Amino acid sequence: MSADAPLLVVKDLTVSFRSDEGLVRAVGGVSFAVEQREIIGVVGESGSGKSQTLLAIMGLIDSPNAIVSGSIRFMGQELIGLSRRALDAIRGRQIAMIFQDPMSALTPVHTIGNQIGEQVRAHEKVSAKAARARAVQLLDAVGIANPDRVVDSYPHQLSGGMRQRAVIAMALSCNPALLVADEPTTALDVTVQAQILELIGRLRDQFGSAVILVTHDLGVVAEVADRVLVMYGGRFVEEGGKSSVFRAPLHPYTWGLFGSIPPMEGPRPARLAAIPGIPPSLSNLPKGCAFGPRCAFRHDACLVQLPIMQGESHRAACVLPEATRRQFAVQKAGGVEMQR
Amino acid sequence: MVAALGFRLGQMVLVMFGISVVAFLIFFATPGADPSARIAGRNASQETLIQVRHDFGLDRPLPVQYGLMMNRLFVSRDLTSFVNRGQRVIPTVISAIPVTLSLVGGAAVLWVLGGLIVGVIAGATRGTFVDRALMILSLVGVSIPVFWLGEVANLLTQSRWHDSWLFSWVPPLGYIPLTENPWGWFKALVIPWFTLATLYVGLYGRVLRASLIEMMQEDFIRTARAKGIGERRVLLHHGLRTSLVAFVTMFGLDFGALVGGGALLTEVVFGLQGVGKLTYEALQTLDLPMILATVIYAAFFVVMANFIVDVVFVIIDPRARNVG
Amino acid sequence: MVNVIADQPAISVRRATDGPWRTAWRKLKGDRSAISAFAVLVVVVIASLAAPLYARYVSGTDPFVTNLNGEVVVDGVTQPVLQPSTEGLGLGMTPIGPTWRIGPYLLGADNQGRDVAARLLYGGRDSLLISGAAAALCLVLATFLGVVSGFFGGIVDIGLSRILDVLWAFPIFLLAISLSIVLIAQSIQIGPFEIRSGSLWLPVFIIGIVYVPYVARPIRGHVLTLMHAEFVTAAIGLGASPWRILLRDIMPNVVTRIIVFVPLILALNMMTESSLSFLSIGVQPPDASWGTIIQDGQGLLYSRPVVALAPGLAIVITVLALNILGDSVRDALDPKSSPRGV
Repeated sequence: MSADAPLLVVKDLTVSFRSDEGLVRAVGGVSFAVEQREIIGVVGESGSGKSQTLLAIMGLIDSPNAIVSGSIRFMGQELIGLSRRALDAIRGRQIAMIFQDPMSALTPVHTIGNQIGEQVRAHEKVSAKAARARAVQLLDAVGIANPDRVVDSYPHQLSGGMRQRAVIAMALSCNPALLVADEPTTALDVTVQAQILELIGRLRDQFGSAVILVTHDLGVVAEVADRVLVMYGGRFVEEGGKSSVFRAPLHPYTWGLFGSIPPMEGPRPARLAAIPGIPPSLSNLPKGCAFGPRCAFRHDACLVQLPIMQGESHRAACVLPEATRRQFAVQKAGGVEMQR
Repeated sequence: MVAALGFRLGQMVLVMFGISVVAFLIFFATPGADPSARIAGRNASQETLIQVRHDFGLDRPLPVQYGLMMNRLFVSRDLTSFVNRGQRVIPTVISAIPVTLSLVGGAAVLWVLGGLIVGVIAGATRGTFVDRALMILSLVGVSIPVFWLGEVANLLTQSRWHDSWLFSWVPPLGYIPLTENPWGWFKALVIPWFTLATLYVGLYGRVLRASLIEMMQEDFIRTARAKGIGERRVLLHHGLRTSLVAFVTMFGLDFGALVGGGALLTEVVFGLQGVGKLTYEALQTLDLPMILATVIYAAFFVVMANFIVDVVFVIIDPRARNVG
Repeated sequence: MVNVIADQPAISVRRATDGPWRTAWRKLKGDRSAISAFAVLVVVVIASLAAPLYARYVSGTDPFVTNLNGEVVVDGVTQPVLQPSTEGLGLGMTPIGPTWRIGPYLLGADNQGRDVAARLLYGGRDSLLISGAAAALCLVLATFLGVVSGFFGGIVDIGLSRILDVLWAFPIFLLAISLSIVLIAQSIQIGPFEIRSGSLWLPVFIIGIVYVPYVARPIRGHVLTLMHAEFVTAAIGLGASPWRILLRDIMPNVVTRIIVFVPLILALNMMTESSLSFLSIGVQPPDASWGTIIQDGQGLLYSRPVVALAPGLAIVITVLALNILGDSVRDALDPKSSPRGV
């Protein structure tokens, strides 16, 4: 594997669930790549398939009704269809995950030190004592003030922010090449959120990890991401470098997302532009563009065929001519520009 | 942690007081009949009745009667039977305790092991044939009256199949003290242990399976899987370990309740001279002082067993360490 | 304040409608094990109710009268009902064994020469009657206490809860034994009602009472949770009267919980009744219940095991059917409650 090859290449990943209402397609054929030391922000509403994408990468979709297909190549190795044993050699060691709700992500009956040590010892031949020492170091590294005490604490004795730091420390315990984070700040206070984001941003510098950060919060992406993926109805609708997407978003859905953030400065608008309608039901997706029924720029063509991603480094899946969209893009991004 | 234990110790004392009051009210203040006639047993003479009234202070206020009862049960321990004249009740009960403890202890070991095995296997193989078969067997086990199961066991091991290789080792019914002959003690108790444990293996297997399945849906299980630690460790170290909290709570309640319930019936069926058999014999002869003593001693044992479980609980579940 | 286009109502007022009931009913109808269990119970109940018919037309003897010197014709051969014992020292009598033919002594006789099959049916009648009546008594009392305690709160709740706590800690079986032994010898007067010793109402009363805390505590807890539920808060906010809230919002939800308890309490009662009767502090002779017949059969265990085996099997079948039904009802109505039920 050459040094500049992408760390993770996902091709045509589909995740579906058999249900009473037929096949529910949570992720509908997504493709993307993550470079070494890159931080990718995946944005979308709840139910857009972003969490399922992450879980698929981690091999954590274990419902007997789930069907995962496509290809996930990590450092050249195919992850889909991998045996549990081979998968366990990778997860926790080379790919680690941070979960949304720190309150429930830790086993309540074991100490923090035990839980971190367990992961270390699953992947490296070290003594219990050494694993504990590592846990203390890691807790210190994620900014916990008194790691010697926290290492012997139980999860219920810690605040939400502390627990999330502990979860992050655990994720970092084997210096993973890739860290996937599912809404890591959603359940936390705003002040703690900022600290956790800063921490994730620092990871790349200290540990050299690449990060996939899933969120519904554009502010979070603006804070740390290099590249942005926008997800809607189980597919990507826009992809590009952060500044490019924030300066000139190319998809009507992304415009809607930006429109629903109140500007930080200037007069408050009388009414924020919410996207009309509701996200589509995954068991009954429209035939054409999933966003079509809610889109203010809808054509007849949108309802017929699925638009494909077009463009070079900044791509979007929309049937409107790019030039037209670029004109709108500048107006739509206005609010966000002010915020940045 | 010390505060939590102190709090529970206080609770235990209060509950014991409550139970003794309830028992006192049942035995001495039930409306409708003269308690002295009940205590003296069938066809008691007039002098006996007068003596009972005096001994138990039945013409004095209820709190005094309660005090006298507790004094005779626990301090002077001179409660005597009127059916078996002059028999000191408390020493008789105390000498029967080892039998009951042997029975209950062994059965508890079996049922905890059995419950863990059934619950974990069924939980891990959820939805498969193994799971369904185990759950049906458990439900059958829960539905068999223990005294009847004991009779079936006796019929097979003492009579029908006693001469076959399978059960020829089973000694005649009765108890053999551990100090006298440990191997005999074991052989005499094996069948009663299995009999008594059957219901609880079924019950605990079902409860543990349900609790395990519930725990395995929790977020922390996903975290554990993401650590790459192997499914067996996820199941045992995270799923089972958190399920044990419910398991231990239940164990405390049932282990105690066993003394007054299943163990009593098992002792009767297998002719083991424990506290239960004493109670049974007293029931046949309406020997009230004996029943009063066995009921209160057994009820106190139950409460203490629950207290011990609470202590264990504080140790295995860090969340229980806070008072409240 | 962010305005959302599709405005959701701020408080959703949820009331128990027939929605959940219909779903539960549909689930039960589609549940094969529930239907089989129910069918088994129906057969047991009908057979028990037919006891007098069986005694009169099939066995032809009164199962409550000793028949020590009777004779019976089996396959054309006249045999005494009680035969001199051939086992051991040859002392005593052995009752006739099962004939396995429809007619007198299908399952043989007990040591008083009474027809076991007829007694089994009569015993079933008493066992079912006691379990059912005790369950009704228990659920009514427990619901009353639980709802009063949870709904009115305050000093009433504290008092009732403490009493229930103590009764809860009192081992059920010991409580039942204490009550039985005190009540069994004499009649008891409760207000205008007098229960004579030996009456079937005595075990009903005892068994009905001992499980009250086991049902009342969860019901109280449930009512407390409901009192803090949004739809009750909303009803209070809308100015509904307490009685209206109790009847319209609390009770329909509590009733679901109670229905889940019914089969489980019936099964527990059946076990408790048979245990007490086995210890001779339940149903009193000459009445029979499955427990007393097992007790009768204890002395005949090795020579005529069917006397003890048949009623035990009847208990296992009935209790198993109740437990299966209980599981299904719980799954249909209240999937989240514990498998223990009580």
